[in-house]
Amino acid sequence: MDQKVDFPETARKLGLIEEEYHQIIGILGRKPNFTELCIYSAMWSEHCSYKNSIVWLKKLPKDSPRMLAAAGEENAGLVDIGDGYAVSFKIESHNHPSAIEPYQGAATGVGGINRDIFTMGARPIAQLNSLRFGELSNPRTQYLIKGVVKGIGDYGNAFGIPTVGGEVFFDESFTINPLVNAFSAGIVRTDSVARAIAQGKGNPVFIVGSATGKDGIHGASFASKDITEDSAKDLPAVQVGDPFQEKLLLEATLEAIQTGAIVGIQDMGAAGIICSTAEMSAKGEVGMDINLDAVPTRQEGMLPFEILLSESQERMLLVVKKGKEQQIERIFEKWDLNCVQIGEVTDTGVLRFMILGDTVAKVPAESLVLGGGAPVYHRAYEEPAYFKEYQQFHIEQVKLPKNYKKVAEHLLSHPNIASKRWVYEQYDSMVGTANQSTNEPSDAAVVAIKGTNKSIVITVDCNSRYVQAHPEEGCAIAVAEAARNIVCAGGEPLAITNCLNFGNPYNPEVYWQFVGAIKGMKKACEKFGTPVTGGNVSFYNQSSDEGPVFPTPTIGMLGLLEEPTHKMTLDFKQVGDLIYLLGESKNCIASSQYLYSCVGTKASGTPRFNLEDEFELQKVIKKLIRKGLIRSAHDVSDGGLFITLAESAMIRDLGFSIKTDGKFRKDAYLFGESQSRIVISVAKEQKEKFEKWMRGRGVNYTRLGRVIKTGYRVDGEVLISSKKAKALYNNTLGKYLEK
Amino acid sequence: MKFGVLVFPGSNCDDDMVYTLGQVLQQPVEKVWHKNTSLKGIDFVIVPGGFSYGDYLRSGAIAQFSPIMAEVVKHAKQGGYVLGICNGFQILTEAGLLEGVLLKNDHQKYVCKNIYLKAQTKKTLLTQALSLKKSYKIPIAHGDGRYYADKDTLKKLNDKDQVLFRYCDEAGKITKAANPNGSLENIAGITNKARNVFGMMPHPERAANALLGNTDGKLILDSLLTVMA
Repeated sequence: MDQKVDFPETARKLGLIEEEYHQIIGILGRKPNFTELCIYSAMWSEHCSYKNSIVWLKKLPKDSPRMLAAAGEENAGLVDIGDGYAVSFKIESHNHPSAIEPYQGAATGVGGINRDIFTMGARPIAQLNSLRFGELSNPRTQYLIKGVVKGIGDYGNAFGIPTVGGEVFFDESFTINPLVNAFSAGIVRTDSVARAIAQGKGNPVFIVGSATGKDGIHGASFASKDITEDSAKDLPAVQVGDPFQEKLLLEATLEAIQTGAIVGIQDMGAAGIICSTAEMSAKGEVGMDINLDAVPTRQEGMLPFEILLSESQERMLLVVKKGKEQQIERIFEKWDLNCVQIGEVTDTGVLRFMILGDTVAKVPAESLVLGGGAPVYHRAYEEPAYFKEYQQFHIEQVKLPKNYKKVAEHLLSHPNIASKRWVYEQYDSMVGTANQSTNEPSDAAVVAIKGTNKSIVITVDCNSRYVQAHPEEGCAIAVAEAARNIVCAGGEPLAITNCLNFGNPYNPEVYWQFVGAIKGMKKACEKFGTPVTGGNVSFYNQSSDEGPVFPTPTIGMLGLLEEPTHKMTLDFKQVGDLIYLLGESKNCIASSQYLYSCVGTKASGTPRFNLEDEFELQKVIKKLIRKGLIRSAHDVSDGGLFITLAESAMIRDLGFSIKTDGKFRKDAYLFGESQSRIVISVAKEQKEKFEKWMRGRGVNYTRLGRVIKTGYRVDGEVLISSKKAKALYNNTLGKYLEK
Repeated sequence: MKFGVLVFPGSNCDDDMVYTLGQVLQQPVEKVWHKNTSLKGIDFVIVPGGFSYGDYLRSGAIAQFSPIMAEVVKHAKQGGYVLGICNGFQILTEAGLLEGVLLKNDHQKYVCKNIYLKAQTKKTLLTQALSLKKSYKIPIAHGDGRYYADKDTLKKLNDKDQVLFRYCDEAGKITKAANPNGSLENIAGITNKARNVFGMMPHPERAANALLGNTDGKLILDSLLTVMA
C-alpha cells in the first residue's frame, strides 16, 4: 500500500533498513515523525530486539524444575535453590563502549549487569568478568586493559559487591575490538521477587535514581554496527557511571520492593526510558501516558528523542500501586535519590509521550518489542574457507620439541596462562565476607549464601581459539569446561547464562560461526541439564580493517554447593600425596597454547572432546569428592597437564614428580589440551581405597607420581624450579603493565 | 555492652561488621543511620569500610559532616570507644579524632589482598590479647591507604606508643617489601592519646570466619571482648 513512500535519508542514518521503514508505516498507519523514528531505530536494533539471533536462540533448552523465570521473561534468569531462596544471575557485554572509552565502558557494564539483578529484588553477592584483548605487548592492549580493569574495579569496589573470579585472554583478533563481559549473581527470597511488568490502569509510573543527561544516546544502535575509524565520533553514545548512585539505588530499590507497593520495576539500560516503558507495557498488555517534561534532566532543553533514548546510568522505572506513592517517595528521599512521577498506566496498549501536554510520539508498545512487532530475520550462513584448512592439521606435522624446559617457561610466562593477579588485586574480592575462594581456591568461585548452609559456585568460560577452530565443538567444550570447573569445586551445575560475542551477522561466514556455537551449546546444555536462562548477544565485534574477532560465546555457569563440607580445592596439600590423572590422555595438541604460540601453528582443529566421556568423568569426580577420597581436584585446560600440575603445586609452594607415558608423544602428554581430564591428589593412606573404588567405573585413572617438597619434575628431570616457575607465573602481567 | 555500626551512604562493609559482631562473635549490635542525632545506648562505635559519599572530594571528607559524627566526636571525647576500619579510619582522621592522613597508595592503584600485620603494643583494648611476635594475616582493600603524618606527629605517635599495627611479611619482619601502599614506617593502624579511638586500614572482619579459611582477624576482634565482657 505504501510502495510510493520514499525511504528518507534520516531513517537510513538511524540504522533502519527500507523494509523496516515501511513496516513502521504499516504499524502507525502514517509516516513516523523524527522522535518515533528514533524510537524504532533503538528498539529494533539488534541490541534490544535480537532480530538477527532470536530464531536460533529459541532452539536453546530453557526448562528445568528449578527455573522460576525462563529466558527473556525477566531482566535476568531466576533459579530456585531451595529453602525459599532463588539465585538471579546474568552476563552481559559492554564491548563497543570499552573499545573507545575503556574506563567508562567497562564501569557501566558492571553497573548495568548489577541493575539487572537487583531490579528483580535480588541482592547481588558476587561478580565475575570475562575479558579479551589483543596481544599484551601491543600498546593499545596495554591502554585498554588498564582502563577496563580500573573501570571494573572503581565501579565494583565502590558498589561493594565482590569480584570473585573471571578470565582474561589475549589474542590479536581482539586488538581493535576487545570483549568486556560482566556477570553478576544475587540472592532473593522466592516470595519477594519483583517483576518487570506494568499493570493496572491509573497506576502511577515513576522514574527514580539519577537525572537524565545526554550520555549514551543511540548506545543500542551504536552497539549494533562495526567498529570503524569513525567510531570515536560515537563517543557521546558511551555512558558515564556513578557507582555511588548505584549503591544508593540498590539499597533504596530493595527497600522499596520489600514494601509490596510496587507493581513492576525495570532498570534503564540500553535505549533508556523507551525500552523500559515499552517492555513493561508490552508484557502487561497495557499502555502508558508519559510526560517527558517531568523527567529530571541534567541540562535544560533536552529534546524528546534525547530524553527517551538517553542511557544515563543508575535509573529505574517503577509502576507503583495507586495510593502508595508516598510510601515509595519516602524511601527514595531517605537515600537522597530522585523519585518523580512521570506518567500513568493506561489500558490503550499505546505509549504516548508528551511535552507540556503536546504529544511528541505515539506508538503501540507491542510493536516495539521482541516477540511483538520487532522484526525477525533468518540470516544466511556459509562455512568459511578457513574451516577445512583447520581440520587438515595433524600432529605429525609438528616435530617434538628439543627443549622441554623452554616450553615450560614459555607456557608459565604466557599471558594467557600466567597469573591474572595484576588484574584481580585491583578488584575487591572479599567484601561481603562470603568468598570462600580467597584463601582456599577451587576451579570455580565458591560464595556462601549467608543465613543458609549453601553456597553458589560460579564460573565464566570460553576458549575463543577452540570456537574459532570449530564453533560447534568449541562451544560445547566451553559449556563442558564450565561444568567441569563447578563439579571440581564440589558444586552441582544448575543453569547457564551466555554472552554471545561475534562479528557482523550479515556476513554469512560469521553467522555460520554463530549457528555452530548455538548448536554446540544446545547439545552440551541438554547433556548437563543446565538450561539457558538468558544473557546477551553482541554482534558487530569487528573492525573495518581487521575482520571479526574470534567467535566467543562466553558461558557463565551457576552451580550449587549444598554443604560446606562438599567443597573441593585445587591445591596439592602435602608432600607424599599421590597424584592421579582422571580421564584419558590423547595424542592431541590441536588448538593448544603450546601449538599456537610456542610452535606457532595457528590453524588446527579443536582439542579431542567427547561429551559422553565428559559426562561420565564429572559423575565420578562428584562421587569422589562426596566420599572424601581425594584431597584436591583441578581440571586440565589451557597449557595442558603440565600447567595444571604447576598450578596445583604453586599455592602451597610444593613440587611434583611425575612420569609420562611412552604410548603418547611427550609434548601431547604434557602440553596437549584434549578435554575431559582432571588432576587429583590422594593421601597415601587412601591409595587402596581410592583405586578399589575407581575400578570398574568406566573412567580411566592413571597414577602420575607424587607431591614433593620442591621442583617440577618430569621423568626424573627438573623442568623448572618451584621458585622460578612461581616468579614467571606471578610477574608476567606486571612486567608488561607496570613499566 | 552494645556495638553500633554507622551507616553512611556508600558504606559497604557495614553488613559484614554487623554479621561478624552479631553472628560470629555473638555480641549485641545494631546499625546507626548517619542522619541520626543520637547514639542511644551504644557503647562501642564502629565506623565501617566502604566508599562513604562515593569517596568524592577525598576519602572520608564528606562523611565527617553527617549529623551522627557530632555525636561520635562527643562520645569519643567522653572516653567512649570508637574503631574505624579502612574508610572508617579515613573518616576518623578527617574528623580530627585520629592524627595523620591516608593518601593515595604509592603505586596509584586500588589493592585487595591478604597482608601481614604485627601488633606494636599491648596497651590498648584492641591489641591487648595479641602477641607482639606473631604476624597476623588480614586482608586489605583500599586505594587510599598510605598513612602519612608530619615528623612531629610521627615522633609523638611513636613516643606515646600510639602505633597499633605495622605491615610485615609472613615471618613478621617489618620490611619495605611488605608495605602494600607506601605507608610511613609501615603504619597500618594507630590510636589516639587517650587510647579509646582506633583506626586501621586492614579488615579484621574479613578474616573472622573459619568458612573463609582465615580467622586471624577474629583474634583481633576477640581482643575487644576480653575486657568488655
